[in-house]
Amino acid sequence: MPQITKRGRRRNGSILKSEDLCLAFGGLSVLTHIDFEVAPGEIFAIIGPNGAGKTSILNCIGGFYKPNRGQIYFQNQNISRLTPDRRAQLGLARTFQNIALYRGMTVLDNIKLGAHSHLKTGILPALLYWGPAHREEMALRREVEEEIIDFLEIEKIRKLPVAALPYGLQKRVELARALAMRPRVLLMDEPVAGMNAEETEDMARFILDIKEERDITVVLIEHDIRLIMDISDRVMVVNFGEKIAEGTPREVQRHPEVIKAYLGEKKK
Amino acid sequence: MDILVQLIVSGIAVGGVYALIALGFVLIYKATSIINFATGEFMMIGAYFFYSFMVMADIPAIPAFLLVMCCAALLGFWVERAILRHMLGQPVISIIMVTIGLSSILMGMAEIVWSTDFKSFPPLFPRAPIVVGNIIIRSNLFWGFVIAMGAVSVFAVLFKYTKVGVAMRATANDQMAAFSMGINVRAMFTLAWALGAVAASLGGVIIGNMGGIQPTLGHIGLKIFPVVILGGLDSIAGAVIGGFIVGLVENIAGGYLDPYVGGGVKDLAPFVVLVFILMIKPYGLFGKEEIERL
Repeated sequence: MPQITKRGRRRNGSILKSEDLCLAFGGLSVLTHIDFEVAPGEIFAIIGPNGAGKTSILNCIGGFYKPNRGQIYFQNQNISRLTPDRRAQLGLARTFQNIALYRGMTVLDNIKLGAHSHLKTGILPALLYWGPAHREEMALRREVEEEIIDFLEIEKIRKLPVAALPYGLQKRVELARALAMRPRVLLMDEPVAGMNAEETEDMARFILDIKEERDITVVLIEHDIRLIMDISDRVMVVNFGEKIAEGTPREVQRHPEVIKAYLGEKKK
Repeated sequence: MDILVQLIVSGIAVGGVYALIALGFVLIYKATSIINFATGEFMMIGAYFFYSFMVMADIPAIPAFLLVMCCAALLGFWVERAILRHMLGQPVISIIMVTIGLSSILMGMAEIVWSTDFKSFPPLFPRAPIVVGNIIIRSNLFWGFVIAMGAVSVFAVLFKYTKVGVAMRATANDQMAAFSMGINVRAMFTLAWALGAVAASLGGVIIGNMGGIQPTLGHIGLKIFPVVILGGLDSIAGAVIGGFIVGLVENIAGGYLDPYVGGGVKDLAPFVVLVFILMIKPYGLFGKEEIERL
């Protein structure tokens, strides 16, 4: 039997930590006692059947759901009571299951929006659009253009409106927008859902590069088990709002509870 | 022919002012999805503020104008913080009822503070009309149009190019994504109300300057509904074009038909056109995904 810890092991070694997270909508219990810790620099995957509560976990981390119980720590700071925009500013970026890009805007404008939270100039100069705000804008633009666009290989489409792009590329633009926030942790909700084999492979490569070259911790939800097994460092399995296992991909794959959740129980 | 050109020119001029008031409506709707039935009363209050500053406090026109903008912003800010923020997540019909209630409250307060008497501003512009060839425009209308278009342009630039403007557009587009970008969505709501109130009150000052003010001035706000619905409720460009259409329709229809039926066509015509357009295009002329929103 592989050793699978039910509780987080380290108290200070984590960049993102959930403690006893409970969430209910009215009488419907969505999450019960979810504990996990994400170590800096790892790819942490959350898997589970449909409706298991995976996206709810991301929404609690991002601040869109208010858990009934439990705390979320980010870089050892309790962020449970912060609004979603404050959490984003601290360095939590997010991509969505259903692409949430601004469809009428160009690729470049969408990406620039991601850097919004890092524009520190006050409202008045920004309104008047002069001096420091302008210089900041220019510096930001160069950084965005040269770095992230190159990194994700989207040079050719930067001036196109997002609505005109194929699905796989839209997903990539959404990722670029999240990276423009210069996050410490990137939360990805089904990054390869609906992608073909080639697009999936590209995305897997980008996620690995994000972790290795850009030193960003990745927390991802995914149904594509092959992708999970290939790229993640640790996997947490949830079912019916409860954590049923956690460990390396190999450990989790052989865990009886996981097999039961995915394949069903043998009839007795 | 001269009559037609004359009617078109004054229609465009009035339309420009409508566009500004419509903008006050659109700014709020776009960011918060709230239909503000008190837009007309924001207008009326703006006009009364201007009257108070100029006539009662004896402040010169330009500082008074700037003061009106500040007060309107505060009014919008207060309305959002004190009233509408608590309505977040309530059914749309409740929120609409709140804005209708707000319009009655503002009108009642205006009656209490300024009485129901008709009042007018001291002359702000030279009385001589602007004459171009055979076309004559009243100077109040001409300058009103210039100021309205100036204000609309400032708002358009603000939305298109500034950081705050982009954040507001992002909020209007997708609140959850805006939150995830680190945009303070609630601050954007407040800002939308403040800016919406500023636009409406500037429109109120211009309208008040043309025809005098009384607490029912806000009823002109009703005309803004054809404007914004023609424009598609959430498009700034749509509001401007809708403003021009309504201004033109009411002037041309009024100019040609009023003599035959003894008046009233001017107020009726925009709504007739509105009904027809909605029958053909239920989302308004610009209420479509493909249109690039400002």
